[in-house]
Order: sequence, then C-alpha cells, then structure tokens
Amino acid sequence: MSRLRRFPLIKPFSATDHDRAPQPIVGMDTVKRSPIGLEYLSYEQLDAFGAELDALRQRVLDDLGQEDADYIRRVVRVQRVSEVLGRLGIFCPFAWPVFAGGIGALALAKILENMEIGHNVMHGQYDWMNDPALDGQRYEWDFVAPSEDWRHGHNFLHHTYTNIHGLDRDIGYSTFRVDAAQPWQPRHRFNVPLALGLMLIFEFGVLLHGLERQEYRRGKISAEVFQVRRNRALKKIGRQVLKDYVAYPALALPLVPFVGWWAPLAVLSGTAVANVIRNAWAFTVIFCGHFPAEVQTYTRSDAENETRGQWYLRQLLGSANITGSRLFHVLTGNLSYQIEHHLFPDIPARRYPQIAAEVRKLIEKYQLRYNTGRLSRQVRSVLHQLATYSRRPASDAH
Amino acid sequence: MIRRALTSSAIAALTSPRTVDHYLEQLHPMLTVDLVRARVVGVYRETSDSSTVLLRPNRAWRGFTAGQHVQFGIEVDGVRRIRCFSVSSSAANARRSFTVSVKAHPDGYVSQFLHRRLSLGTLVHLSQAEGEFVLPQPVPDPLLLLSGGSGSTPVMSMLRTLRDTGHRGRVVFLHYARSRDEEMFADELDQIAITMPNARVHRIYTRSPVPGSPLSGRITVDHLAYLDVDPTNTLTYVCGPAGFIAAVSRIYATHGDIAMLHTEYFKVPAVDPAAADMTGTVTFADSEVTVDNSGATILVQAEAAGLAPRFGCRMGICNTCAVRKHHGAVRHVVSGEVSAATNETIRICTHTPIGDVNLAL
Ligand SMILES: Cc1cc2nc3c(=O)[nH]c(=O)nc-3n(C[C@H](O)[C@H](O)[C@H](O)COP(=O)(O)OP(=O)(O)OC[C@H]3O[C@@H](n4cnc5c(N)ncnc54)[C@H](O)[C@@H]3O)c2cc1C
Ligand code: FES
Repeated sequence: MSRLRRFPLIKPFSATDHDRAPQPIVGMDTVKRSPIGLEYLSYEQLDAFGAELDALRQRVLDDLGQEDADYIRRVVRVQRVSEVLGRLGIFCPFAWPVFAGGIGALALAKILENMEIGHNVMHGQYDWMNDPALDGQRYEWDFVAPSEDWRHGHNFLHHTYTNIHGLDRDIGYSTFRVDAAQPWQPRHRFNVPLALGLMLIFEFGVLLHGLERQEYRRGKISAEVFQVRRNRALKKIGRQVLKDYVAYPALALPLVPFVGWWAPLAVLSGTAVANVIRNAWAFTVIFCGHFPAEVQTYTRSDAENETRGQWYLRQLLGSANITGSRLFHVLTGNLSYQIEHHLFPDIPARRYPQIAAEVRKLIEKYQLRYNTGRLSRQVRSVLHQLATYSRRPASDAH
Repeated sequence: MIRRALTSSAIAALTSPRTVDHYLEQLHPMLTVDLVRARVVGVYRETSDSSTVLLRPNRAWRGFTAGQHVQFGIEVDGVRRIRCFSVSSSAANARRSFTVSVKAHPDGYVSQFLHRRLSLGTLVHLSQAEGEFVLPQPVPDPLLLLSGGSGSTPVMSMLRTLRDTGHRGRVVFLHYARSRDEEMFADELDQIAITMPNARVHRIYTRSPVPGSPLSGRITVDHLAYLDVDPTNTLTYVCGPAGFIAAVSRIYATHGDIAMLHTEYFKVPAVDPAAADMTGTVTFADSEVTVDNSGATILVQAEAAGLAPRFGCRMGICNTCAVRKHHGAVRHVVSGEVSAATNETIRICTHTPIGDVNLAL
C-alpha cells in the first residue's frame, strides 16, 4: 500500500482511452518548475502553446465520424486483398513474375497491417468506433511481438516519456548509442553493422525489447511479470512461425509432383522475404522518427513537473517528420508525421496532414523548429548519428 | 460441413492473428461463420413511440429460446452503438428471422434511431441470443407472464411461442401499460385471448383505465387473486421497470414464494447509497490510486477518480468492463450476490465494493 498515492495528487493530461498516458512526471520538489523549452518560450507562452494544441486536439476529436471509419475500413480491405493475393502468388513458384508479385503483395499487406492498421489501432485511434475488430486493447497484430507488451513499452513508456533518458527505453533501443548523453560502451563500436543486422530481423528485436530482460535482471520488474511476458512471447512466436513457416509451406506439398521437391521451400522462402521487407521498412521509418540529428533528448529532472505545454514541446522537439507522397505516408502508417503523431497519438492518423498544417502555423507563431526532410536525408542523418556516437567520446578516456 | 471446416483450428492457424471472418466479410458482410450479423428486413410501427424491427440473421445465428435477448449493434456516423433487446417473436421456426420491439425513450439514442430513422437493409451486428430468463421444459402449469410497459417483449415471445407450439396448460398474461394507445402488440393479444385455449390475457391501463374494468391502478396482490393466480405456487416471469419488479417482488415475498419469481431487468437498478457496504477503500492498483468507497459501482467510482476504464453496455452484459479483482468482496447490483474470491474477474459496471477492494485497473 505504501506505493499508492491518494487521488487526486496526479491527474493525467486529457487523453481518450489512451493507455493511461500521458501522465506528468512529478518530482520530490513540488515547487520546482521544469526548464523544458525555456530557451524558446516563457512559461506564459508555453501555457498558451499548450492550450492552442489542446484546442486543436479537441476540434479534431469532435469532428471524427463516418469518413474516418470508412477510411480505416478501406485500408483493411486493401490489406486483406493484398494478403490473399500475396499468399496465392507465392504458391506459384513455377511462374517467377507471379511469385515475385506475390512476395511484394504479401510484404505490402504486412506493412499495412503493422503500421497503418496495427500500430495506429493499438494507440486507440479508432476506439471511438466501438468496433471489436479495431479495438486498441484487444487488437493483436501480425508481428511476433505480442501486442500487449508492445502497447506497454510503446504507448505508455515511449509516448509518455519520449526521449527522456532512463525512462524512454526507445532511445537507441538499449542497444545503440544515438545520443551524446548515453554512456559509451564497447559494443557501440558496432552501432552501424548491428543496426543493419537488426533491420532484417526487426520484429524479433521489438519482441526482445518488449520483454525488458535487463529490467528484470536489475530487479525493476518482478519475476512473475517477466515469466508472463516470456510465455506470451513464446506463444506468439509459435503461432506466427506455425502460420508463415509451417502451415503455408505445408499447403504447398500437393504442388511437389507438378513443380518439384522445392515447392514448399519456395513458399517458405517467399514468405520469409516478405517478412524481411516489412522488417527493413518498419525499421527505417521508426529510426527516422527519433534518431536524426537535431532531435532533442532530456533528463528525468528536466521533465519533472512539466506542464502540458512543455509536454507538447518535448514531443515536438523529440520527433522528426519525413516528407513524401500520400502513398508513402500510408505505407509508413503516417509515422512520417511523427511530430503530429507524438503530439496526438490517439487521433486517427489520416488526420495528421490536416493537423500538420495547423501545427506549422503554431510553429511559425512561436518561432519553433519543425524537423522534417526527405527520407534519404533522414536516413543519412540517422546513419551519421549511429556512426558518430559509435566512437568513444574523447572525454571518456580513463 | 463447410462451416465446421471454416471454424476449425487448422483454418485458424492460417488466419492467425485474425479469424476467418475477417477475410470472409470482405467477400460479403453476411458470409461470416462466427460473427452474427443480420439485415433489417422490416420496420413496423407498434405505437406512436415504439416499433418492431424484423431481422434476417446470417448463418452464424444459432437461434434463440423465448425470453432471451440479443446485443444489438448498429453503426451511426462511424460509431457502433450496442444495446440489448429481447426477442419479441415466436421461437417456433426461429432460424430464418426474428423481431425485436423497441420503445423509444424520449432522449434515448438507439431506441429513437430504431424507431424513427432505421432503413431497410441496414446491417446489424448481433450477439448470439443470451440470458437465463427462459421457460423450463416441460412448461409448468399454471404459468404467469407478468409485464409492465416495454417489458412485455420477452414475455410476448414466450406467449407467442406457447401459442405456436400448441401449448394447452393454463397461462395468465398480465400486462400493465399507461393506456391502450401506448400498448405494444395490443391487437395480437386480443386475438390470442380469443383463440388460445386456457390462456387468460388481461391488460391494466394505469392512466386511462377501460371503463368498468374490474382491475385498475398499480399491481397489488388482489389483481393476482382476481385472476386466480396463487403466488405461492405459480411460476412467474416478470419484466418491466425496476419499480414494477420491486413491487412484484414485495408481493411474492409477503404473500407468496419469492422462488417462484423470475425477473428480467432492462436497466440496472440504481444503487442504494445508504447501504451498509459503503465502507473501506477501493484501490485501483495499476493506476496507483485509492479512493474511499462511495457505494457506487466500481466503474462509476473509477471514473470519478479520473480513470477511464473500458465499458460497453454498463449493465453487466457485454463483458467489456471485465477486470481482475485482486482481493476484496463485491456485490452484484441486480442479484445481490456477493463474491469475495481473490484473483477473480468481475464486471465492474454491475458490482459495488463491500469494504476494501483491490483491482487491476
Ligand atoms: C436484457 C435487456 C433487454 C432489453 N430489452 C428491451 C426490449 O425488448 N425493448 C426495449 O425497448 N428495450 C429493451 N432494453 C433496453 C435497451 O437496451 C435500451 O436501454 C433502451 O432502448 C434505451 O437505449 P437508448 O440508446 O435509446 O438510450 P440511451 O441513449 O442509452 O439513454 C438515454 C436515456 O434513457 C435512459 N434509459 C436508458 N435505458 C433505459 C431503460 N431501459 N429504461 C428507462 N430509461 C432508460 C437513460 O438513463 C438515459 O437517461 C433491454 C435492456 C436489457 C438490459
Ligand atoms: S460494461 Fe458491459 S458488462 Fe460491464
């Protein structure tokens, strides 16, 4: 009982059904004010900035309706069709163009499912529709990482404590060094090759990240919690592997007399390639969202007692957008609008372009920075960060 | 055969983490094998403020027993709104279609929509029929079907089913409405009164009584006596407003046998804040929040504490609000049943805490 505080010491910032986030960090010293953003704005301006964003958020929420429902159902439809076509195509290893097209279609389906559908649905963006198939709490994605643990690490830890060292475990995914404030360790020498390796097996990386094994070893999470997570992960891996690498290849067995002994193997490899394409794409989009240069990180004490305006500003300065065509944005799950996503994680992503226009007006008004660039620029920037911080800092020597 | 194959675990392995229905529905929304869906094929006015909706369910529908209800979901402006409605039609030949009958509440959203704006062909998301408010087999003789207001729907389904299956036992159908104008199924009840052997149909209009009618006003034990109903040994099914059910319960408790009474509520009864349960604290462990027990349902208390727990029907039906209770005792608001087990899952919309309770919320 000692850990429990009496309500209402801490009131979460307003958020519809959004996984208990965002909750302000409260410091021991309750009169202390957070210094976040003071180099840009005064406290009064920060409050005004927060109020304008709150009002924008409410305007969009009030406007949600049929069009947003139709949109996500359309995406679901395209996803289902391309998945079925993809699987069928992969069953034609005797006709190479069809086989390759199948791999492409399956990769597209997985990308749509994980990003524009899965990620966004699990943020609760469509909870207002009250459709059990699009319910943020119940959704399970086509990805080895169980959605429950991902939701905790992503929706709660990452989105609430964005870019705060020691709280946001997504800074460098506890593997890479992407920021000067992270202590250098010898393995960081391999920042770049490790990142390229992770890119191929990203879904397993996300799974391991969600297990929080390190936190368990350090006693930050209990053995029971860890056991439950591990069992859940093993079960999910089992189901995903059974489907992609056992069941569908087995369905190709009847093809053996006509095509050759390698038919099931071809189905298995085709599916594997589709998964790898999705992994590489998701990895790229996600690394470009937070790791380019100029993205700011914070310490815990910076963020203590921050206001809603400061919370918004931290999200803004901690994220980076990618420019591109409409199709590009859909394929990134609109994470190319990383800034808008971080400001309003529970608003349907199709609204981000509209929100971006208003956010940019505010940015101009308050003379803030808006980090955006083409994919190639952001990728270069991320690679540069990984390379730079792989070197042991001079100050670190003995 | 095909249905069995499609719902097999082999297919589930291929479609995981989705179900086969998530693919079938893309071909046609009614092709689902597990998700129950229906089309609206008729809307009929019963009175100026009530309508009957005729539904044709898809093949996933497993039929119903008279007295059961369905969770009925329609989508308006992209939002699915789910309410419970009792089936009002006869359970004989029930697979092809069935009806629900809806009284439009003055400021009710779904009931007004169904009554005024529902168009033919609308897709309805249903649950399977559920509920324990059903007749035992064989049907007891005598039997009393008792209702007030829109609460006549489930007992009407029972009466129609008994008529259609040629039931010959004694049945008394006693209904309380404000006036004949506000009574659903009035003409059909007249018909049944004439044609069904051993059935007595009696209506009491509380606001505008029929001149010369032997019975009037709210229900009393004398009404039952007049109809030769003995509350000590007549199995009774009652549905209606909470106040009506409470009045009937009092009659059975004092003049009859309360075990004879089966009840169906359309709305969760209000919680009595003066109750002795109102002690201790409620702890929402995940949110690290503790509040003093106000006596309201756990859902209401959590909301008052600034939490946003998930809910659907708010009346103990949809299971959306189910939460793990670590320890402590809770009371069901309808049945009064107390559950005190540690680590059990409870529906927070229909349970009030008794003393200290700790929940995974
Ligand atoms: C098991 C079960 C069976 C039911 N069967 C039927 C049926 O056969 N026919 C039928 O018409 N209804 C039935 N209901 C009630 C129905 O589910 C809805 O509650 C009702 O139609 C009101 O919904 P709404 O969306 O119009 O009102 P809402 O928009 O949900 O509520 C608006 C207002 O109406 C009040 N209200 C809501 N429900 C009731 C109620 N039942 N009685 C009095 N006031 C209410 C609310 O307090 C609120 O002030 C049943 C309910 C249950 C639990
Ligand atoms: S909200 Fe539906 S059961 Fe509680």
